[in-house]
Amino acid sequence: MKSNNSLGIIIGLAVFTLFSSAYTVSEVEQVIITQFGKPIGDPITSPGLHWHLPFVQKVHRFDKRWLEWDGEAEEMPTQEKTYIWVDTFARWRIIDPLKFFTSVIDESGAQSRLDDIIDSETRNVIAAHNLIEVVRSSNREFAKAADLESVQGKSESKGFGKIQMGRTKLTQMILEKAATAMPDYGVELVDIQFQRVSYTDSVKNKVFERMISERNRIAERYRSEGEGQSAKILGMKQKELQKIESEAYKNVQHIKGDADAKATSIYAAAHNQDPQLYKLLKSLESYEDTLDEKSTLILSTESDYLKPLTRMK
Amino acid sequence: MSSFDPFGNNEQQIEELKRWAKKKRRQSATLIAIAVAAISIISSFYQIQPDEVGMVLRFGKHIDTTKPGAHFRLPFGVDRVIKVPIQRQLKMEFGFRTLRAGVQSEFQRTKQSRTEAEMLTGDLNVGTVEWIVQYKIASPEKYLFNFRDIEATLRLMAEATMRTVVGDHSIDELLTGGRENVEREGKKLLIELNKQYDTGIKIQHVKLQDVNAPDPVKPALRAVEEAKQERERFINVAWAQYNKVIPNAKGQAEQQIQEAEGYAIARINKAEGDAKRFSALYSEYRKAPEVTRTRLYLEALGETIQRSERKVFIDSNVKNFMPLLNLKGENK
Repeated sequence: MKSNNSLGIIIGLAVFTLFSSAYTVSEVEQVIITQFGKPIGDPITSPGLHWHLPFVQKVHRFDKRWLEWDGEAEEMPTQEKTYIWVDTFARWRIIDPLKFFTSVIDESGAQSRLDDIIDSETRNVIAAHNLIEVVRSSNREFAKAADLESVQGKSESKGFGKIQMGRTKLTQMILEKAATAMPDYGVELVDIQFQRVSYTDSVKNKVFERMISERNRIAERYRSEGEGQSAKILGMKQKELQKIESEAYKNVQHIKGDADAKATSIYAAAHNQDPQLYKLLKSLESYEDTLDEKSTLILSTESDYLKPLTRMK
Repeated sequence: MSSFDPFGNNEQQIEELKRWAKKKRRQSATLIAIAVAAISIISSFYQIQPDEVGMVLRFGKHIDTTKPGAHFRLPFGVDRVIKVPIQRQLKMEFGFRTLRAGVQSEFQRTKQSRTEAEMLTGDLNVGTVEWIVQYKIASPEKYLFNFRDIEATLRLMAEATMRTVVGDHSIDELLTGGRENVEREGKKLLIELNKQYDTGIKIQHVKLQDVNAPDPVKPALRAVEEAKQERERFINVAWAQYNKVIPNAKGQAEQQIQEAEGYAIARINKAEGDAKRFSALYSEYRKAPEVTRTRLYLEALGETIQRSERKVFIDSNVKNFMPLLNLKGENK
């Protein structure tokens, strides 16, 4: 019975030793082995089941993947002394776990080194450039809204004009400077991007004021444009009216004149046959018109009409 | 074995107890073995949903990618399965958060999401841009093994690319016709960055949601809109006046011309009529001028005298009759 028990203990110890000498490396890990704190051998990067000496060797795991460095937003001035918040992020990974382990020990150590380096390089680059270089990445012309074309003095704010570098080149500059220090830490830094660039509150309020005044200018422009258009239309109305009326008058006179002329020539042609007769008829006709029942008619007996009355012999 | 008598025959009882214990031990060992087998069978079974794939890791090494359905794996932590929803369309929101999606979706805009939306435009103004990114996991290997916390990184990438594009547009472009352009370029840049980062993510859509000026500027923006309306109103009122007067004037002019033409026709007809009458008379008159003249004269005079109510005949021998005459004509 006693030998049975000790056999069980031995088997148990053997199993325990077996288990503690095995370790796994996942797809996303790389491992270095230390013996009494001293690294031995090459880093293990192939995933799967691996063996090491139990109890004396220790497994240190490091991430093999691309890691994200997300910096805090920092307040800094541009070349023209505009204060802005700059928030950057970067992509990095551990390429030399041994160096990484000996220089920065773990990720939080690396993160704080990255904080220092990227932050200082970012400040340097931002301070050496105007804000417009940070914001824009090309010199493309802005399309102007068609009805704002005529708004005067639209782009007078400073900082405009062509950019020399642009956003992408600035991040490239920061990256180049920052990346030089990286091999010392066993780290590869491949990309830095501006996540956010924004005005500080005091600058922002000024910008808002400028935007408001700019909008007011546009609004006034519209209003005056409306009044102008209105005046123009009313003028057009007046002109049109005068044109219509005067043309009507002209046509009326023309038509009437023509008719009068034609009538005159018709009369002349007819009356010319015997002007004497016309005279007579016209006179007689006018008597009829001028002498009505109210008229008092005084006739001498010497008149042709009454002559027969006295001379009836 | 139902009882144990401490004062009975111990030797025999102990033997009996030992035999019983041995039997029990064998029984419980079988039970444990069955239980262990059952647990390992149950725990080695797993299921992959239709929109997922299973990434099977044996001791951490990727050995298989399983399709939707039921599968078995080695139990006790030898095989690990990570389910990746490669068919699912995933979505990220920037500048707002959907609290509850539905017919009447609820959105939330916190101070944090405001900062997310606020960005500098190319003319150094500030605009607020809300947008969404829709994506799918194109390569589960890259998605899992290339990046740690790819979701967080994708957010940063989306923010950086959108700000890059907005930084190259003016606030006016952003607020009016430039939206589509911003969407298109934003998508292009994000796709490029994903390719560069080798994330295994396929960007499907980048869509702008609410694009606006910052809150303090909004009233001024509305004022511009109002001024635009006011301009239209001014112009409309002026045209209304124009339309009220001009067609009327045109009609009146037409009327005058028509009337003049009427006058012309009447005038000429009358002249022609008169001329015809005169000619007719003349042709008869010519045959006996003296007689006709006398007749016409006497006829006319007679008619006139007949019509007249007061007639005074004066003999040529009578002089100075004027005082007798009541020229007023009140009395007959």
